[in-house]
Amino acid sequence: MDTKRTTFNNRLLPYLLLAPQLIITLVFFIWPAAQAFKSSVEREDPFGFSTVFVGLDHYRRLLTDPNYLDALWRTGIFAVAVTVLSMGLGLAFAAAVDRVTRSSRIYTTFLVWPYAVAPVIAGVLWWFLFNSSTGILPFYLSKFGIRWDHDLNGTHAMILIIIAAAWKQISYNFLFFLAGLQSVPHALMEAAAIDGSGPVKRFFTIALPLLSPTTFFLFIINVNYAMFDTFPIIDATTTGGPAQSTTTLVYKVYQDGFVGLNLGSSSAQSVLLMLIVMVLTFVQFRYVERRVQY
Amino acid sequence: MVENRPFLTFLTHAFLLLGFAVVALPVYVAVIASTHDLQTLLTGSVPLLPGSHFIENYSQILTGASAANGLPNYSHMAMNSLIMALAIMAGKIAISILSAFAIVYFRFPFRVLAFWIIFVTLMLPVEVRILPTYKIVADLGMLNSWAGLTIPLIASATATFLFRQFFMTVPDEILEAARVDGAGPMKFFRDILLPLSRTNIGALCVILFIYGWVQYLWPLLVTTDTGYYTLMMGMKRMVTAQDGTIPWNFVMAGAVLAMLPPILVVVFMQRLFIRGLTETEK
Repeated sequence: MDTKRTTFNNRLLPYLLLAPQLIITLVFFIWPAAQAFKSSVEREDPFGFSTVFVGLDHYRRLLTDPNYLDALWRTGIFAVAVTVLSMGLGLAFAAAVDRVTRSSRIYTTFLVWPYAVAPVIAGVLWWFLFNSSTGILPFYLSKFGIRWDHDLNGTHAMILIIIAAAWKQISYNFLFFLAGLQSVPHALMEAAAIDGSGPVKRFFTIALPLLSPTTFFLFIINVNYAMFDTFPIIDATTTGGPAQSTTTLVYKVYQDGFVGLNLGSSSAQSVLLMLIVMVLTFVQFRYVERRVQY
Repeated sequence: MVENRPFLTFLTHAFLLLGFAVVALPVYVAVIASTHDLQTLLTGSVPLLPGSHFIENYSQILTGASAANGLPNYSHMAMNSLIMALAIMAGKIAISILSAFAIVYFRFPFRVLAFWIIFVTLMLPVEVRILPTYKIVADLGMLNSWAGLTIPLIASATATFLFRQFFMTVPDEILEAARVDGAGPMKFFRDILLPLSRTNIGALCVILFIYGWVQYLWPLLVTTDTGYYTLMMGMKRMVTAQDGTIPWNFVMAGAVLAMLPPILVVVFMQRLFIRGLTETEK
């Protein structure tokens, strides 16, 4: 890791400058992570007087617990659905805005603001739209013979949180795809046009392959978002129900830890989640280094 | 564009307008719902045109409709949200610009270790270490306090990276010239680096203000005293009214007001916002 050619040579000052950030990181990040690891291999007796080392017991139990495996599977489906939906729409909007150069500013403004809507509020808004007694969408859906009820139907509840979560993320994907599209060399497009390929063909054979680094980067970011930043959406709408059908991994950590007060299991779940984030971060950074080539 | 295809351009515009309509639908309905009285909202489906209770709903939510749910006044919660967002924003920027300065402009033992410790925060979002972090904050006696609400959230690897990246592009000659003129590190930082970082700081302000404003899980954990409730928690409490019906007209008025500040920031500072978003996430 490099510094400047010339540097200051104070002894104490750099440590003082780093101190605030390091102290906060150690106290509120590293230490709790270590604690999570520690209590994931211990069991506390019901009165909290003593703890016993139980090794990988909590992990073994988790990984054989159908509830946990269900939540894992569900989180996977949720993350992929949110990612595909929001990236697909983001790319479609970006491709469209990239075509209409003259009014791209105004359309960008039209499309970026959902990023600023808080997840809780996004949840509340979509919940209201889908509310079975007052909402608009169930009213129209009933004309197609669909009885919408996210309070009882797990699939409906899942669709609801997928839509709410994807909606919030469209702007983000849109901005990155637009930036990617705008950096596609114009000469390539013109050459292809002269060779007789139409806009659609150019998009799929030139723009899309050139966008693949952006796509990959966004995929990681979106999976990360769907897994970890959607807690408020779920908590404001379905609270993990009906019958656990929208309990994602993060929601389960919260429920088992805070509502169920199951310290060991919740900690083991935290550690597993950290492993997932580490893998995602690792993949993301490996890729960022290679991004330079394009 | 490469060639002129009026029909395709027309289709593109139509698609974008349709897309905008779909994206804006939930917010549009919220605005509409906030102008009707509760009876209208409960009689089946929500009307699609504004009603006549705009002033009534908004003045009620601002003057105490939230009190029915055992919540503090709306303006009180809005103030809490604002304090929290600004504190997190300022705190994050301050500590990350200082640590980036230390990492780039000094050579000292454990420099790489320090960098890695900061990097690790990327991998440990609050969501994955809820319980132990809560315990530490509780042990330090920081529950129900501004310190507990903001300090654990202000460590930020992304802001540190951004400043580091930017400092690396500042020409070395500037530093050499400053040293020849006898400037010490802090003077160099204050008089040269800080003014040069203005745009980056601005971009980060936009992103971090939104980040702080929309926080939900952390305040939910560390505050039980309703005096510290933010708007986000207020909204959630209002839609989970235990008894009776949800006052949708007030909820929607409250939601519209709570959405407004960050949306205005994004719309009016679009350039800084886009810059902040695309620069911090790499």
